[in-house]
Amino acid sequence: MRLAALCLVLAIGAGCARAVTAAQPPLRVCSDPNNLPFSNQQQQGFENRIADLLARDLGTTVEYTWWAQRRGFLRNTLLAGLCDVVIGLPRNVEMATTTQPYYRSTYVFVTRKARGLHIRSFDDAALRQLRVGVQVIGDDGANSPPAHALSRRGIVNNLIGYSVYGDYAADSPPSRIVAAVASGEVDVAAVWGPLAGYFAAEQREPLDIVPVSPQIDGRLPQAFDLSMAVRRNDTARLAVLNQFLQRHRADINRILDIYHVPRASLPEVGT
Amino acid sequence: MRAILVVILAAFIASCGRIDAANRNREATPPPSPSRGSAATAADTGDWIRPGKDEASTRFSDLNQITRDSVRQLGAKVIFSTGYLRGHEAPPLVVNGTMYIVTPFPNVLYALDLTKPGAPVKWKFDPKPLAAAQGVACCDVVNRGAVYADGAVFFNTLDNRTVAVDAATGKPRWITKLGDINRGQTMTMAPFVAKDKVLVGNSGGEMGVRGWLTALRISDGEIAWRAYSTGPDTDVLIGPRFKPFYAHSKGVDLGIHTWPGEAWKQGGGTTWGWISYDPALNLIYYGTGNPGPWNHEQRPGDNKWTSGLFARDADTGEAVWFYHTGPHDLFDYDDINESVLVDLPIGGTTRKVLLRPNRDGYLYVIDRTTGEALSADPFVHVTSTKGIDLQKGRPIEDESKKPVLGKVIHEICPAAPGGKDWQPSAYSPRTGYLYIPANNLCMDFEALEANYIAGTPFVGANVRMYAGPGGYRGELIAWDPVARRKAWSIKEPFPVWSGVVVTGADVAFYGTMDGWFKAIDAKTGELLWRFKTGSGIVGQPITYRGPDGRQYVAVLAGVGGWSGAVVAGELDTRDATAALGFVNAMTDLPQATSKGGSLYIFGLP
Repeated sequence: MRLAALCLVLAIGAGCARAVTAAQPPLRVCSDPNNLPFSNQQQQGFENRIADLLARDLGTTVEYTWWAQRRGFLRNTLLAGLCDVVIGLPRNVEMATTTQPYYRSTYVFVTRKARGLHIRSFDDAALRQLRVGVQVIGDDGANSPPAHALSRRGIVNNLIGYSVYGDYAADSPPSRIVAAVASGEVDVAAVWGPLAGYFAAEQREPLDIVPVSPQIDGRLPQAFDLSMAVRRNDTARLAVLNQFLQRHRADINRILDIYHVPRASLPEVGT
Repeated sequence: MRAILVVILAAFIASCGRIDAANRNREATPPPSPSRGSAATAADTGDWIRPGKDEASTRFSDLNQITRDSVRQLGAKVIFSTGYLRGHEAPPLVVNGTMYIVTPFPNVLYALDLTKPGAPVKWKFDPKPLAAAQGVACCDVVNRGAVYADGAVFFNTLDNRTVAVDAATGKPRWITKLGDINRGQTMTMAPFVAKDKVLVGNSGGEMGVRGWLTALRISDGEIAWRAYSTGPDTDVLIGPRFKPFYAHSKGVDLGIHTWPGEAWKQGGGTTWGWISYDPALNLIYYGTGNPGPWNHEQRPGDNKWTSGLFARDADTGEAVWFYHTGPHDLFDYDDINESVLVDLPIGGTTRKVLLRPNRDGYLYVIDRTTGEALSADPFVHVTSTKGIDLQKGRPIEDESKKPVLGKVIHEICPAAPGGKDWQPSAYSPRTGYLYIPANNLCMDFEALEANYIAGTPFVGANVRMYAGPGGYRGELIAWDPVARRKAWSIKEPFPVWSGVVVTGADVAFYGTMDGWFKAIDAKTGELLWRFKTGSGIVGQPITYRGPDGRQYVAVLAGVGGWSGAVVAGELDTRDATAALGFVNAMTDLPQATSKGGSLYIFGLP
């Protein structure tokens, strides 16, 4: 982690970990140096693998700019011209142009298998009694969809908040909520799928992962489509990426499987 | 130290109700307002050793060489580029012929020699804060100033260190680390010295940081006490001396019981604003930030002790009273604004009060001995609440303005930055007016919006801010706290995001976000002089007596901060919700000014 921090410092000025090949221009990607299962500086995340796949397809290599994915991430990276592609962003994010979504994941309930709780809905009466972990964001008026869904039902007294920012000095700051289920600190946690799937598989304690049902709670989406992102008006690159995603859908799904990313069915391509 | 204290105390007592003797020859004008009060100020050495000028935070200086006539000849004597581009919110300090300025991140402290032509740099202290503090920590890289005491200059770095630097040599005396940027903690406030302690607070409530005020010993930087803004009474330093005026602040462990479950542990209430001190009562006064990171539906209850005002014993930190301006805050109204300590004629007697132009748009006059609110009047257009119930000591809520996710709510006024944000007001005991740098902004909460952080999608409301009624976005307001009305005001196209200073010659100075530094007649609001600086002004002007015996005025220009982020951070003006919705109200600022920090020192020919 000390190395990641150092690199982050360097990244303020210029890109880090450059690996430029002669023929093709490198694929310039902006990524978080400490956010598994998505990415890290050792390039162990599924977004790193997908970036590699894309670079190979284009006959080049990946050149990373590392930047913590916090407020200002897009402004300081993609929009500042430090890179050309962000591998994972929600479809139709306001500040950039996004490709066709290449996976759809969902918030999930994480419990210890041994407890046999089988919670799948926010309407489950057990949620009023149990200690429930939720991810909290803290942007004004904003929070994780499960935090909203539970408070709408008046379930507030038994919630334990886990900041998505976490402790950036530790590995994978948002992951603590999953460990909290394994350790019994909370009985159940509502967690974003990719985090839950990956970190549940790492726990010694067997954990259950159940997608939140239904996918939309009132007007609140609990499932999201994920796309690659480029700068607005970078249409040529957008077309290249969309073609790549069409051709490599199976490869990408294999990568997501390796990382235990829970998926919901994708809408039709072309919408 | 004790001897100095006695002198200050004596001066404090002597200053009450007097007209400065030095003024009598020059200023024959009688006091213009029957409502004038007296500021609890110490004798004026001509130096400017703390952001608020005096412990009462009046930002009033006795100096009177620059008059309403001569100010028209004011000219720039020194312009000094700090070399940094983000928002410059700090005031310069002047002590014994040296000027000290602290820059935004990377928080460099400059000492300029005022005894030499051109005020050359005497030394420069670079605390080398972690660069990651910009990217990992939330949003803003400003610094609101330093303070001088006991031969040292104290300031905070963005990466949570309080630094004591020897004022003569520029060498650090001690450095105390108080937080971790990796956990979203930052520090941006100006420390305050009360007796033998330097008081500091933290920032980062939106990151789930739990607010505290910490007292460090001046001598060695050791922590003397720490008072949290949430949690059990033992953490909040609430004990037998705690006597809040209003019933809803009485009870055991309200910092736990006014929250659901364990939400208080991430309750916010950070303390990134101003502190004042009354030596006679031996009380310090400061406010706490808004609750976080939970939305209001997720934290039913009064959420104590966030968005409110504490009075504490300066030696022990024990809470003495609390006034809850924003129980269960709905609108991001931090309560961190300045408390201006004055004695005012109210109801036939002289009351020891504090004036508080608050984020919620109300000017509170609060008895600083007991915490009783004597009056609370809107100084800007207010729709978010229906008024303040002085019997209960809390706002009268308007259900129709309550933000509900998925529901569009129009015209919440003031917007989240408040009727006034952190930018400090000034009080003149000569005019009796409080000079309030104000915002005229409203906001809409719009429909659901999906967003993404640290790999995690989330949803919230779109917030868009815009000019309030009248179409202007800022106003400098001269407020008469006894008559409880606006005396006069100057409308500005942009929010007035600078501090104010007012002098013994009844001249007030402030800056605008489009880069005008203005002198106005403190009695009438007439514009007397203006100067266009190189960048918008979000700093705090000061005035001082130079080593040559002449009066000067100084300010840092350098646009930025929350309101100016669209320029300093080069935000996309098409993204209306950037900077938490502030960009929508500031799309024309990039045409009006450009970034870059410079010190300006003005003097007479």
